[in-house]
Amino acid sequence: MMLDLLWLVPALPLAGFLVLVLGRGSLPRPVVAAVGVGSVGVAALIALLVAIAFLSAPPPGSAYTQVLWTWVDVGGFAPQAALYLDPLSLVMMLVITIVGFLIHLYSSEFMADDEGYGRFFAYMNLFVAAMLVLVLADDLLFLYLGWEGVGLCSYLLIGFWYRDPANGYAARKAFVVTRVGDTALIIGLFLLFATLGTLDIQELMQRAEQQWPPASGFAVAAAALLLGGALGKSAQLPLQTWLPDAMAGPTPVSALIHAATMVTAGVYLIARTHVLFELAPIVQSAVAIIGALTLLLAGFSALAQSDIKRILAYSTISQIGYMFLALGAGAWSAAIFHFMTHAFFKALLFLAAGAVILSLHHEHDIFRMGGLKERLPVVYWSFLIGSASLASLPLVTAGFYSKEMILWETWASGSAGGVLWAAGLIGAFITAVYIFRAVFIVFFGEAKTAIGHRPGYVMIVPLVVLSVFSVIGGFVELPPSLGHVPLFSELLAPSLPRDLAPEPAAGAQLVLLLVTSAVSLLGIYVAYRRFLQDARPFEAAAGAPAATTLQRLWFEGWGFDRLYDRLFVRPFMRTAQANRNDVVDAFYEGVALANRSLHHLLSWTQTGRVRWYAAGIAAGAAGVVALAVYG
Amino acid sequence: MAVLPTEYGLLLAALLFALGLLGVLVRRNIIFMLMSVEIMLNAAGLAFIVAGARWGQADGQIMFILILTLAAAEVAVGLALILQMYHRLATLDADAVSGMRG
Repeated sequence: MMLDLLWLVPALPLAGFLVLVLGRGSLPRPVVAAVGVGSVGVAALIALLVAIAFLSAPPPGSAYTQVLWTWVDVGGFAPQAALYLDPLSLVMMLVITIVGFLIHLYSSEFMADDEGYGRFFAYMNLFVAAMLVLVLADDLLFLYLGWEGVGLCSYLLIGFWYRDPANGYAARKAFVVTRVGDTALIIGLFLLFATLGTLDIQELMQRAEQQWPPASGFAVAAAALLLGGALGKSAQLPLQTWLPDAMAGPTPVSALIHAATMVTAGVYLIARTHVLFELAPIVQSAVAIIGALTLLLAGFSALAQSDIKRILAYSTISQIGYMFLALGAGAWSAAIFHFMTHAFFKALLFLAAGAVILSLHHEHDIFRMGGLKERLPVVYWSFLIGSASLASLPLVTAGFYSKEMILWETWASGSAGGVLWAAGLIGAFITAVYIFRAVFIVFFGEAKTAIGHRPGYVMIVPLVVLSVFSVIGGFVELPPSLGHVPLFSELLAPSLPRDLAPEPAAGAQLVLLLVTSAVSLLGIYVAYRRFLQDARPFEAAAGAPAATTLQRLWFEGWGFDRLYDRLFVRPFMRTAQANRNDVVDAFYEGVALANRSLHHLLSWTQTGRVRWYAAGIAAGAAGVVALAVYG
Repeated sequence: MAVLPTEYGLLLAALLFALGLLGVLVRRNIIFMLMSVEIMLNAAGLAFIVAGARWGQADGQIMFILILTLAAAEVAVGLALILQMYHRLATLDADAVSGMRG
């Protein structure tokens, strides 16, 4: 049966990783590229075959479990290394392998001149394997293995160009900040196992539903701890600070790990354990509020950046904020829908940005780019399509349908829906402004830097394919007012509860759709006026002292870095400085010192003079006799 | 035959012992220290004799013979050590032999 091939999907990239690691330094570059790209490509093919088999003849319960082996078996704790394929993990798996393959293909040219070619593909393959384990795991412990695996690869790839200390610093920062979330997650796993006695996800969800009343303490604690893990991995408030710095890695890494796949692991985790979040309404509202806040804060920060990759990084944080907003509003399939379209258009944007950066001799500053429209037409069009999708240009882009679905279902989600919807709407406006700001500054105006490397076919093919996905990816789910094609949410229906949105209500939905469209068009127009046409009316406002302060604040990502530096880093460094000689160790040093001085005292009596010893013996004997006589 | 009081004998033994101890403690020449040890041993022997005479028992004399042989053995070992010491350090000063100082 075709489904039995499922294990090959994560196994192939892992095998690719092993080959590349073991043959490091001895494999010629074409072989490295063939192994690195090929393993993910074949995995993508198998994933497609599995998907076709799954969709044409859905297994009972719309879920297929493949037990690989029992990990350990001690005292009733028997986590299994098992793969679980249901529509949710199917979507994740397809996106990871297909987008992953395209990015690998792109990298084979992008990284062609890099001395760490083999190392790069080894890490990338390991990442894909770990990410697939994460989404396919049937057991939370197995999921955690993938979770830490992608964290490790993220660390290794951010610090890929390790000769620059700044890159190493960024890698460490990413690792430490996500570690905060990971710690919460593992404590959550302990709690779940201690109270429910299993870590098998399906079993766990059933037991949670049976044993925990809604809003009970355990449910809230478990959901909150899982949310902590999700916040760290998905770079949401307050653990978002690592993602902009993570742009120190090569651009394909940013596209794959820090845009399309790893950072959405938190979204997947919440969707996967949605039962817990439904049992803890407080935490679920917190998810929505965090998502709304993050999408606004990151959106404003993206407005002020001058590094093209940092714009996209803040944009990623902001778009994941939308996914969290959807999760919090109970629009489960909308969140996954947006994950999919976001993976397409954000990977596209990063790859296009990478092509620009490469052709301009590793220039990141958008103000030193410009006029690239005629000189890099393919890159221009793909970046434009990605931007249009990100800005949710009405009707023709995938991002429009997913974002519209999120906003509509947020609006319909209940009492706080209006406020959250408004936040999402403002976010949509900002999104359109900041991304078209980048488009107009980078591709229009006069040229400022000479073109070096022009992207070859290997880089162009992924751009074209992702452009196509960014346009047609949204047609799998059309809103009620536009034909009502709920293919995607019906596909996900067995894994995720149906969204709460009231049935068709096409009238209200159409109004919201028009508002959303108008807002994103307005955003594009504002960017057009400000950055392409007459900037004077804006400059008057931008020159005001308050505006410059605000802009500096946005540029620094609202000063979170400075805050955390004051709050955590510096006190920690000071403590470390004070504890340089190890306070606890001083006690043991003291014991040793007392022993040593006692030793010196005693050895002082050892004069080596036999007469002293004789006198000692005599005095001692006299003492003993005196004691015997008078005592 | 006039009988010497036991106290006198013991007093003499104590005096001899103290003199011997004093000799061990104050002399630096190791041969004199050895001789002082002999005096101390003999003082102890004398005390045994006096005590044996006091109680009319032969045990005291047996102990004296034991001490005599012990002293002979001690002198043999001691003289051998002294010879070695003189051989190696070319001195008879006991204080000079302090290589085991702590």
